[in-house]
Amino acid sequence: MKQQIIVSGIGGQGVLFLTRVIAQIAVNQGAPVLTSETHGMAQRGGTVLSTIKIGHFSSPLIRTAQADLGIFLWEANLPVHRPLLKTAGKLLINTDKDGEGIRIDAAKIARQLGNAVLLNLLLLGVAVNHKALICTAEECEAAIKQLAPARFTGQNLAAFHMGLSSST
Amino acid sequence: MKEQIQLLMGNEAIGQGLIEAGCQIAAAYPGTPSTEILQAVIDRQKQAVEPLHIEWSVNEKIAFEVALAASYTGKRSVAVMKQVGLNVAADPFMRTAYIGVKGGMLTIVADDPGPHSSQNEQDTRLFCLQARVPVVDPASPAEAKDLIEPAFELSEKYETNIVLRPTTRICHSRQNVSISEPITLGRQANFELDTPRWAATPAFLPALHRKLNTNLEKIAVEPDWQPRWTSGDNSQPRTALIASGIVYGNLVDLLEELNLSNKIDLYQVLMPYPLNPGFSKKIHEKYDHILILEETYPVIELQLAHPGAVGKQNGSVPREGELTPDVIHQALAAFLDLAPAEEKPEERRGQRPSLCPGCSHRAAFYSIKKCFPTGIYPSDIGCYTLGMNLGAVHTVHCMGACISQGAGFYQAYQQDKGEFPTVVVTIGDSTFFHAGIPALINAVIQKTRMIIVILDNATAAMTGGQPVPHMGIAAGDKPTKAVAIEPLIKASGVDFMEVCNPYDNERFESLLKKADEYIRSPEGGVAVLIARHGCIMDPLVRKAQNSFLVTINESCIGCRICVDKFECSALFMDRENKFAVVDQDRCIGCGTCIPVCPVAAIVKQEKS
Repeated sequence: MKQQIIVSGIGGQGVLFLTRVIAQIAVNQGAPVLTSETHGMAQRGGTVLSTIKIGHFSSPLIRTAQADLGIFLWEANLPVHRPLLKTAGKLLINTDKDGEGIRIDAAKIARQLGNAVLLNLLLLGVAVNHKALICTAEECEAAIKQLAPARFTGQNLAAFHMGLSSST
Repeated sequence: MKEQIQLLMGNEAIGQGLIEAGCQIAAAYPGTPSTEILQAVIDRQKQAVEPLHIEWSVNEKIAFEVALAASYTGKRSVAVMKQVGLNVAADPFMRTAYIGVKGGMLTIVADDPGPHSSQNEQDTRLFCLQARVPVVDPASPAEAKDLIEPAFELSEKYETNIVLRPTTRICHSRQNVSISEPITLGRQANFELDTPRWAATPAFLPALHRKLNTNLEKIAVEPDWQPRWTSGDNSQPRTALIASGIVYGNLVDLLEELNLSNKIDLYQVLMPYPLNPGFSKKIHEKYDHILILEETYPVIELQLAHPGAVGKQNGSVPREGELTPDVIHQALAAFLDLAPAEEKPEERRGQRPSLCPGCSHRAAFYSIKKCFPTGIYPSDIGCYTLGMNLGAVHTVHCMGACISQGAGFYQAYQQDKGEFPTVVVTIGDSTFFHAGIPALINAVIQKTRMIIVILDNATAAMTGGQPVPHMGIAAGDKPTKAVAIEPLIKASGVDFMEVCNPYDNERFESLLKKADEYIRSPEGGVAVLIARHGCIMDPLVRKAQNSFLVTINESCIGCRICVDKFECSALFMDRENKFAVVDQDRCIGCGTCIPVCPVAAIVKQEKS
């Protein structure tokens, strides 16, 4: 089984952490995984993109119209990274506006949980809820527990569950 | 420890590989995309079975020379840097090709095709061709790790420095990587005197050069480092694809997506220099058409010199930028007469990066611009390059260049009628130590009249917060002697020096004006202002300073000064573009935007 995923956002939103969680889930499943990430200057609030390829691949980069799933933490990146998604690919967007794809005001809910940056794992919950990722909620929880610093595990799991049970 | 699989970033995999291969001296200067390699060594030092010295050196030349001498004692060593760091280390690097090493020595140089976070996209493989140093080009994080131990062995067999050249897409990719036990070498430092070699004068160099050439011939045919061939089915007779590095990985995935796997002869070049002449001969004899894909310069292509080559030299493959899967698709489709790749959507830029909300550099830049609206602002490499968003950075060149460029601007202007604009140089603390000190001494003795603002945030911020010499902390948070900036400035002959927190904009601006008076006074020269405030990315800095609830009230006139001129990413215009608003998710409550507002609409209150 192969899956190609993009995670798009801006520096500081937790794109890297979400990328690592998704990749760790694949590793725990015993699947080969490759990711690419944005580090350096662009991380200072600029547009960042992660790509994740699960299954037997040789390179982490994704060609135009090849991604099965696009998770957008920053809606304004749509014109920049939307073309990477397949026509039939699933689109998941943090936004307070209406439009295409699965949309949720994740920032608002995360803020209510205490920190807007939790929107990354909230979106992971929504993705699992919509069966956009090939994994179970338990597998996500295990990966979050593995990667989150102990003192943040609780709120990270809470954000994930909030997304998982959302009606969106 | 039994073999286990971990998800590792390429740089972490390389760090792990260094530990496993028994590397005992690791020296680096941070620079994207290489930085996490040394950090990974620091994080894993407990795994090392033998003593391990790790250092963030003051610059790349120093890192290289420390690793080099350690290798003379028979131990394994590594110097790590980004591609432009090799320019700084070029002097010792070039000579090392002739003199050689003793214990295995690797130079890991991370290239940045694109570029994503660099001032150019130079190709270390071409540098190695000119330096006559063997270079290996891994195609994945796992392969980068797997090559480290064999590269040390190769280095020891020929007593030569070996370069490992990962690129950004290797460094910053994650992959399942298998972890093993570090090997035990049991080496004791033993520097065997060989003065004609280690201190080779010109009299000895022709023989050393001859040996180098002989070694290169032998290394080129080393069986483990030959191009790897995947056979096609002869449906494309006398045609081959040749690639190296991550581009090879991109090509493999693309061929599979196009159902072309195992249809065309495919070569992965593991060691682009020195290329085996036998391989070159085979390619010439066996194929009429070859497509060569490599980043960033045509290094394999130049060496092969094949008349049927399609690549960068005939313009079929872009000569600049990354060879992404989309770019390769277009080149491959043209080469094989496939249906043309779908038109790539116009590349669009996303949100530009910006200094963090609360960054003291922003406050400093705003004040500089305000005090000297017609000044010239040479700046340098680091987060503060982003001062260009505020119009307070006019030149950025290479590490430390701002001070000498500032001096050059002054000399060129003052020789006209003696009138000169105020030149305000901005340089970070880490960059100042790296290459700023000789430039400062030069500026002083050449009687330059300019202002240097050292943006001292107590860390190498851009690369993630590596330690700097004036903080008394070495790699891995080990305490060491602190080398303060102020005495260095004084000892360089600077007579005007002030220290100020740029959050205190009134004092900072008055000091800038005082500095300008000084440089224009009869006894004037270089004025140095140290703008000191900890990096806001450091949680301790944030904890230690007041955080207010900052809001914008109804007296806002929508002039956009705070949004555009101050350019804080926690400030934006509302949907109707009428008023400025504070994004409370991003605002850290520093209040440095308050003095910027012409109508005092930005207000702060204690957080409840």
